Amino acid sequence: MDFDFTEEQTLLRNMVQSFVQDNYDFDSRMKIVRSDSGMSRENWSQFAELGLLAAPFDESLGGLGGGAVDTMIITEEFGKGLVTEPFLPTVVLCGGLLERHGSDAQKDMHLPPLISGEKIWALAYSEPKSRFNPANVQTTAKKDGDGFVLSGLKSVVNGGPWADYLIVSARTSGEGWQQDGISLFIVDKSADGVASQDYETIDGSRAADISFENVKLSAEALLGTLDAGLPLLEEALDYGIAAICGEAIGGMHKAHLATVEYCKTRNQFGVAIGSFQALQHRMVDMFMEYEQSVSLTYMVNMHVGGDAASRARAASGAKVQIGKAGRYIGQSAVHLHGGMGMSEELNVGHYFKRLTAIDAQLGSIDYHLKRFGSSEAA
Amino acid sequence: MNFDFSPEENAFREEVRQFIADNYPKHLTESRRAEFTKEDFLSWHRVLAEKGWVAPHWPEEYGGPGWSVTQRYIFDDECAKANTLIVLPFGITMLGPVLMHYANDAQKAHYLPRILSGEDWWCQGYSEPGSGSDLASLKTKAERDGDDYVVNGHKIWTTLAQHADWMFCLVRTSQEDKPQKGISFLLIDMNSPGIEVRPIITIDGSHEVNEVFLTDVRVPAENLVGEEGNGWGIAKFLLGNERTGIAGVARSKNAVKRLKEISCAELVDGEPLIEDMDFKKKISELEIDLLALEYTELRTLAAESAGRGPGAESSILKIKGTEIQQKVTELIMEAVGTYSLPKIPMLDTGANYNLVGPDYSQGVSQSYFNMRKTAIYGGTNEVQRNIIAKFVLGL
Repeated sequence: MDFDFTEEQTLLRNMVQSFVQDNYDFDSRMKIVRSDSGMSRENWSQFAELGLLAAPFDESLGGLGGGAVDTMIITEEFGKGLVTEPFLPTVVLCGGLLERHGSDAQKDMHLPPLISGEKIWALAYSEPKSRFNPANVQTTAKKDGDGFVLSGLKSVVNGGPWADYLIVSARTSGEGWQQDGISLFIVDKSADGVASQDYETIDGSRAADISFENVKLSAEALLGTLDAGLPLLEEALDYGIAAICGEAIGGMHKAHLATVEYCKTRNQFGVAIGSFQALQHRMVDMFMEYEQSVSLTYMVNMHVGGDAASRARAASGAKVQIGKAGRYIGQSAVHLHGGMGMSEELNVGHYFKRLTAIDAQLGSIDYHLKRFGSSEAA
Repeated sequence: MNFDFSPEENAFREEVRQFIADNYPKHLTESRRAEFTKEDFLSWHRVLAEKGWVAPHWPEEYGGPGWSVTQRYIFDDECAKANTLIVLPFGITMLGPVLMHYANDAQKAHYLPRILSGEDWWCQGYSEPGSGSDLASLKTKAERDGDDYVVNGHKIWTTLAQHADWMFCLVRTSQEDKPQKGISFLLIDMNSPGIEVRPIITIDGSHEVNEVFLTDVRVPAENLVGEEGNGWGIAKFLLGNERTGIAGVARSKNAVKRLKEISCAELVDGEPLIEDMDFKKKISELEIDLLALEYTELRTLAAESAGRGPGAESSILKIKGTEIQQKVTELIMEAVGTYSLPKIPMLDTGANYNLVGPDYSQGVSQSYFNMRKTAIYGGTNEVQRNIIAKFVLGL
């Protein structure tokens, strides 16, 4: 049993930590999220230079061979800085899908510009009526000669406004929320018939509703096997959960720390409010929720490469924990800051908002409670 | 014991419902993404003032409608059902009763009619950066100079001060006694030289609250309410009134109705969310909490109408009321699912914004963020629990 990080991993953590400290203080971040684009291309290039965009990929593909744990180390530090750049959709969700299931040609074509920071990716899987279930797909890709014609609407595509390429789930057979008949496609966002409606999200990031109107795709656009895309998508989302858990514990840590500091220094009735037992116990509960979340974040990152059943169970369990803990810690952090917690000018409200948004990404508490319950214990 | 409404009360309910249907400004009913303007608030206020219904709890001699406790309850209930804008509490609910209780005749004659008509917009100058829960430690200073007080200080979390004509303000007029004794209650014209209002944008992106800086503001001594040094008693009287209205039962019922409508429209793999047993259970638990609070409030009102004024028990209404208000916005956000993520602009930035997702999803997370304030304002829920512990349980 070993929960320690290797020397290389500690170096990676220190590197990301100092990047966030130097480039992602509160004011710098607010400038980024309030800018028209909502992300910094300069930061993105820096991520590439530092090797962060290469971290999880196999060395044979130009990566650094870090896998899920290295990804978690990066996202945890990003979570502390509330980094908005699309590391999760580009590297973890889409990059992971390309690495695990892309053809050699697809990998050769797409991974180098992804790793070098030239191209940004987004995963377009959710739909207005899909309610967290990736099997609930109404977008269709109909056979057309050698290729396909893609039609449908994808909703709240995280990082969508910035993306050059999308991975889109579509029905090639079947209907409703049938498991079979879903395929994944690589779509150039600038293709004819693709329209993106971009907007800000509650946590200061950006998303898009993206429509596809008779978009012509070549046979080479298919990622993985025809009609058998769902297991690949589920796997990608579980890797996404492992990474977003890292981000969540980073945010929880900072929100909790800020609260404890605030309660030590805020005086009312002639004493620090942190001396009141009612507040002490609430901060202790926050701390315990944080520690439980760290445990399940480590757990999921160690199991995410395993078989489908244990991976699903690990991912859903962890997502429920960080959803509940994120809510409790976020709400408590705002509350214990009093009026200051409600102010947009203080970081604590932004952690609260990001933690809230995380629950609505990649499946909510309720969705994953059910998924956990229906998965077999290993 | 009888919880039924009489035929007269039911007829009154019908009258109120009809009046709202006929007179509520139509342009305020559509769902709006920007904040309501000063004129929006005033337009409904004026309609009610015209009818004589704007101050349900004021005695008739001051222009109130002379309603029973039950009638007031029915009126609030119907307004909430119709989802009207609220009548802002600062003048009508907070200051009005203070003036009736403490002010001299000239002050009553001048200010009360202007509160009723909506001519004066009031804000509440209580909290300061260093004085939140410990309000008695406030530092804003008023020094006597001839016929004036000269006021210097810094108020914060001042709701809708950007629209205000006047502020009722707690100021320190003496440093000598124990903190509570040196406080006075002063009415300050917001157009006075030396007042600066700075917006505070909250985490939902809205501009509701402000900082108010007072620098050498001259306030005529005749604007003092009650005796100099008696402000703490007035403040406590006012906070007691604030608490009774804070349960928000009727509004929460309305929000629960909305939650149910959304849960009928949202589908989980083809089935309405409301048929999902786990989610249904959450709604039911909330409804039972709310039902209990409704009867707790009715018991409080009944005691009040029997002359047993609201005591420390009214803190229950604040705590449970705000917990329910928070919970219902949380469940609405959950019910909406992924479309709880888009942010709607709350401030008019002039930028074009295209709505995505169903109408009922607009701004639900921002409402959830905004409602976090309810457990903080009007005396934090921790302070309310301390009040119950001390004054009800004798701990």
